[in-house]
Amino acid sequence: MTLGDFGHLTPIIAIVFSLLGAGFLLAFIRLVIGPSLPDRVVALDLIATLSVATIGTYAIATDQQVFVDVAIVLALIAFLGTIAFAQYIERRAHDE
Amino acid sequence: MMNDLIASFLLCIGAIFLLLAGVGIIRMPDLYSRIQASTKAATLGVGCVVLAMAFHFIDLGVTVRSLLVIAFLFTTAPVAAHVIGRAAYFVGVPLWEMTIVDELRGRYDVETHALRSPKRPLGEFSPKNDTEFDQ
Repeated sequence: MTLGDFGHLTPIIAIVFSLLGAGFLLAFIRLVIGPSLPDRVVALDLIATLSVATIGTYAIATDQQVFVDVAIVLALIAFLGTIAFAQYIERRAHDE
Repeated sequence: MMNDLIASFLLCIGAIFLLLAGVGIIRMPDLYSRIQASTKAATLGVGCVVLAMAFHFIDLGVTVRSLLVIAFLFTTAPVAAHVIGRAAYFVGVPLWEMTIVDELRGRYDVETHALRSPKRPLGEFSPKNDTEFDQ
């Protein structure tokens, strides 16, 4: 299967990938311009959530059920990452 | 065929909500409103996409795992948003300049991070006491 040939769902999949790509772009803009560290953490969290949705769409597009497990793991990792970042931000403020 | 229709519909709704989360994280004026925009819209959007996955593969294993992802996201996203917002409040990330009231002001102890009511009634706060917990 070549990229762009997703069976009879092709137009829907193309639209969904375009919207998700636009969402990624906006989240990356916020990740770059900040202005504070929590802003960037929130942008990273949104990027991880968008990745879960992209993996789900890709699983539908390619008819591969194994990607469902990848979505579970990525959702778990994203949550742990956000919690770790919050702990780090709080402790850094406390130490100073 | 019917399942594909439902899956397509859910995919489109989910993608639109995820795009709205991206728009919200750019357009909102301060960190706290950005958190609420990205968390709520993105959670609903990814829930729709994962539900579309369950409708596309009519399969017990995939459905159970999809519901697992949804349950997991719906429990962890509010927790993550709260934790990062709390950390940002302690660090002193500024609120939007047109914010009318900050109800947490004076109620968080900066040292112990304990939440408590002010010792005096709110009306008796003088500007000097009011700055006690300002960062």
